[in-house]
Amino acid sequence: MSDSVSATPKTLDAFRTSGRIVIVGASLAGLRAAEALRTAGFGGHLTIVGDERDEPYDRPPLSKQVLAGWVPADHTKLPRRRAVDAEWRLGVAATGLDREAKVVRLANGDVLPFDRLLIATGVRSRQWPNPEEAALDGVYTLRTSIDAARLQNALAAGPKRVLIIGAGFIGSEVASVCRDLGLEVTVAERAAAPLAGALGGVIGAIAAEIQREHGVDLRTGVGVSALEGDAAGHVRRARLSDGTTLEVDVVLASLGSIRNIEWLEGAGLAAGFWGVGCDAGCRAFDINGVVTDNIFVAGDIARAPHVLFEYQFLSMEHWDNAVLGAEIAAHNMVSDETRRRPHLLLPGFWSGQFGINIKSVGVPSFGDEILLTQGSFKSRRFAAAYGRRGRIVGAVTFDYGKWLQFYGGQIAQSGPFPPAAGGFDRPADAMPQPADFPARGVPTGAPDVVLTGHDPNERSAEYRPRGR
Amino acid sequence: MRIVVDLNRCLGYAQCVPLAPDVLRLKGDEALQYDPNPDDKHRLHVLRAAASCPVQAILVDHLDAAERKP
Repeated sequence: MSDSVSATPKTLDAFRTSGRIVIVGASLAGLRAAEALRTAGFGGHLTIVGDERDEPYDRPPLSKQVLAGWVPADHTKLPRRRAVDAEWRLGVAATGLDREAKVVRLANGDVLPFDRLLIATGVRSRQWPNPEEAALDGVYTLRTSIDAARLQNALAAGPKRVLIIGAGFIGSEVASVCRDLGLEVTVAERAAAPLAGALGGVIGAIAAEIQREHGVDLRTGVGVSALEGDAAGHVRRARLSDGTTLEVDVVLASLGSIRNIEWLEGAGLAAGFWGVGCDAGCRAFDINGVVTDNIFVAGDIARAPHVLFEYQFLSMEHWDNAVLGAEIAAHNMVSDETRRRPHLLLPGFWSGQFGINIKSVGVPSFGDEILLTQGSFKSRRFAAAYGRRGRIVGAVTFDYGKWLQFYGGQIAQSGPFPPAAGGFDRPADAMPQPADFPARGVPTGAPDVVLTGHDPNERSAEYRPRGR
Repeated sequence: MRIVVDLNRCLGYAQCVPLAPDVLRLKGDEALQYDPNPDDKHRLHVLRAAASCPVQAILVDHLDAAERKP
């Protein structure tokens, strides 16, 4: 270590005054971490690296108000909470991490020394797997503002038919925008229903009905076998696995995401297709599962054990996971071990589609049963709870968001399932039924562990043996 | 100017919508959509809308361009 490019300051105080922090990833998590570091009193040198040229921007609007043509794609820049006084290295990707030398290597050959590092490189869209077909004009993915600008242009040109491959949240939201724009749209989904991976087949069946009511040509249980272009290289046809052929002008491959871990190859961290493993204090695990001292992880790429979900390692590609994970990581980067905080997020997400506000709390896919607790499926206004082994582990609302916190409180307390129902609009005869998620691994034991503390900063885990 | 709405926190009370209708809209009964980078001429309306939010879900950027660098 004596040859280290950057000698680690001997004390925490010296590090806080004159140390070097590099944040790799200049999106929501990277920005909020930088702000939190300065708020926590970090006075040293701060560098933020991002492979996109744009300064940090918000992604959720891209699949909604941007595609709809209301908001330009480059008008989702994130507000700042404070000045960060950082050296920004935008438009250049990190290509390597050397933990011995404590440096990050960049694509342009530059080398950035650090005392502590935050990994916040997030995810990217999974591309259409056939490279020649993916390269056809008119074939898109949606993750960045540039992606959104291109797809918005294509939709505004009035294509005869749009094909969306994959009916997760992005695919479903884009289908909704297409219908708002008066475009014919086909959605092809391999599973039995839209949103089934996140919310299960019971809710997926409702989402399917909603899509069809809004004029979407939804085809479930089918894949797309091939995309074909014309002589000019523009996509014109799609062949489906059931033998049918569609004439299409625009194709969106919404096939989920891939974590940006390639630059960490050889660094000896617990990094793989699952993300970067870290502890609940955002400290990265090395390849042996041993925690590191100076490398932290936040945002979509982080994968940490969660006390409420049998300590399973969860990655949460959610907006508030990026914000709150970044704040915890930043705090812990400049604190000694007696002052570290855990990132114990009660996960939550939202999606707007077909005029309906879908919100969720907890981890629905951790459950195996679902119970309608308020409202009705038929009215498209309802709350439903997910359970596993007699505990509530998640909830979903359709235009019923004011009640979500009620269920979130029960999830945080490891409450019973079937849960205590809300006091309003309770269905008379609802019974728990299988939530119908795609098959998963074998369940393990279920310790009773609850979150305590009212303020997120005061949260901690408490073990409560069963049978008392 | 720049805003972001924490839509986990937003409960769809929509108090903000009539105060800045060019910037904040309801899509359906409950889903809020907004212009994240509205023109500065809307600043007063947006500040009023942010102040009116019962759950304080609207974050407004108060920095000037130099502080925001890049």
